[in-house]
Amino acid sequence: MYGSTNLSEEEAKRMNTTVEDPEKLEAFESRIARGEKIEPQDWMPVEYSKQLIRMIEQHAHSEIVGALPEGTWITRAPNFRRKLALIAKVQDEIGHGQLLYSAAETLGKTREEMLNDLLSGKSKYSNVFNYPALTWADIAVIGFLVDGAAIVNQVINSKGSYGPYCRALERICYEESFHLKQGHDNVVYLATGTKHQRAILQDAINRWYRPLLHFFGPPDKQSAHSEKLMKWKVKLASNDDMRNQFLDQYVPKIWELDITFPDPNLKKNDDGIWEFSDPDWNEFKRVINGDGPCNAERIAVRKFAEEAGRWVRQALMNPSEKYVVPLA
Amino acid sequence: MSNALKDLLYKMADDALIIGHRNSEWTGIGPMLEEDLAFSSMAQDKIGHAQALYKILNEVLGEADADTLAFKREEKQFKCCHFVEQPIGEYDFSIVRQFLFDHAELIRYDILTQSSFQPLAQLAKKVKGEIKYHVMHADTFVKQLGNGTEESKARIQSSLNYAWHLALGIFEKSEFENDLIAENIFVGEDELKKRWLEKIIPVMESANLKVPATDEIKIVYGGRKGFHSEYLKPLLDEMCEVVRTDIDAEW
Repeated sequence: MYGSTNLSEEEAKRMNTTVEDPEKLEAFESRIARGEKIEPQDWMPVEYSKQLIRMIEQHAHSEIVGALPEGTWITRAPNFRRKLALIAKVQDEIGHGQLLYSAAETLGKTREEMLNDLLSGKSKYSNVFNYPALTWADIAVIGFLVDGAAIVNQVINSKGSYGPYCRALERICYEESFHLKQGHDNVVYLATGTKHQRAILQDAINRWYRPLLHFFGPPDKQSAHSEKLMKWKVKLASNDDMRNQFLDQYVPKIWELDITFPDPNLKKNDDGIWEFSDPDWNEFKRVINGDGPCNAERIAVRKFAEEAGRWVRQALMNPSEKYVVPLA
Repeated sequence: MSNALKDLLYKMADDALIIGHRNSEWTGIGPMLEEDLAFSSMAQDKIGHAQALYKILNEVLGEADADTLAFKREEKQFKCCHFVEQPIGEYDFSIVRQFLFDHAELIRYDILTQSSFQPLAQLAKKVKGEIKYHVMHADTFVKQLGNGTEESKARIQSSLNYAWHLALGIFEKSEFENDLIAENIFVGEDELKKRWLEKIIPVMESANLKVPATDEIKIVYGGRKGFHSEYLKPLLDEMCEVVRTDIDAEW
């Protein structure tokens, strides 16, 4: 759930009961069926716009909250190469946030409103960022596997129907592919390094395994479906399909390094479907509803940033007595 | 002469590394996303400058490699000024520090493009082009905030007053000062300070800021000789935390 399309029962019901002008709706749906992109000025169903705002906004929040666990390791990165790569990577994440807030703004909700909803808890962000980054190896695992999972999700969503979101995602995926490289490089160094390095890597993998399975949301049989969202190309793949694609791409790469996952049942079946133990979906629900290891800390940091920076934003809104010539 | 050169390069590299470290602490908590991005960019530039200067020390002057110099020296061996060691504080202090420090950096590198020490002159040409943007960023914000709300004016002025004698510590001379001047390596700290004041005073005036009075006895010296504020040791402990968990490992 980077930008989640999981609906509550109430939302799913509303999706199917909101009445739209049938002619406009038909024209809209046939444009999407032809593979055309919908642009901000085009007519669109109310629910289409609502779901997109929710999804893009969550995605944007995930980027800026996601910068926090990694950001705390910039000052501790062990050499110039890792330090410069990590700052650049985290900066990219903030930049993605900025890009996505702009994409969501095309649908009529301001960045300020979205940030307020983040702080009040009304709007969510990816669950995976409610877990702590305890050692340097967590940075390697986040860079490789969390970014890897995010790419699976984002590449799929970039084929969606809403123009501004798709264009933002294309650019994001391009940058993320570099993140993946530095994450993989970091993982390989630890895996082929000293006893201590291998031990912290194994420990990090053990802790991140479950949050990574949770990343794509609950199993299809448990989540409320909306055929409409599929038809409108807001949702493009099911949670289980994305999860399977992720496991297929990344589990072998970790096994290759002689590192294990803490699940004796993890295996690929002959039909290409990965099998794994129940990753405790109650924990997922608990964390998403605010009761995870770091939810309170993450929101507290964002609140601090909002409050500590308010005077700066106010001063910039206040037209100065002297006009300052913009850069260059 | 190589001792004088080393001394100059160490203090410049250490300043860049430590201010870069401080700038990077703004990641995720800036007053707006655009400032997160700006401080992040500047942190990358500064840390890159430090790395390039350590490389000259290594390749030309026979010192250890850049990672060793940055991550494995003792506090006493650092030559940075106290100004860059100070915590980021609130945004007003960070932007005022950037304003005062980067103006000095820009002039320093501009002068060094004429240095008789070629490796440094070459590097200065490149670095100067990057610091130009750090200065533009600082000037823009100092002017906007200095002319902004009552609160922003008061904050910027009070941070400027607090920072002033720390900033003057940038120009602390080393025992090699005369050698550097005589060999046309660098024009010297006094000349740099003079040109710095000529640059920053008009900006402060256009930002409606009072130029703080200088009291020679309050200027914060010591950094260039290895005596540091209480903030450097914890900063280095944090910076070296991972390296020290397995000192011989490759990361």
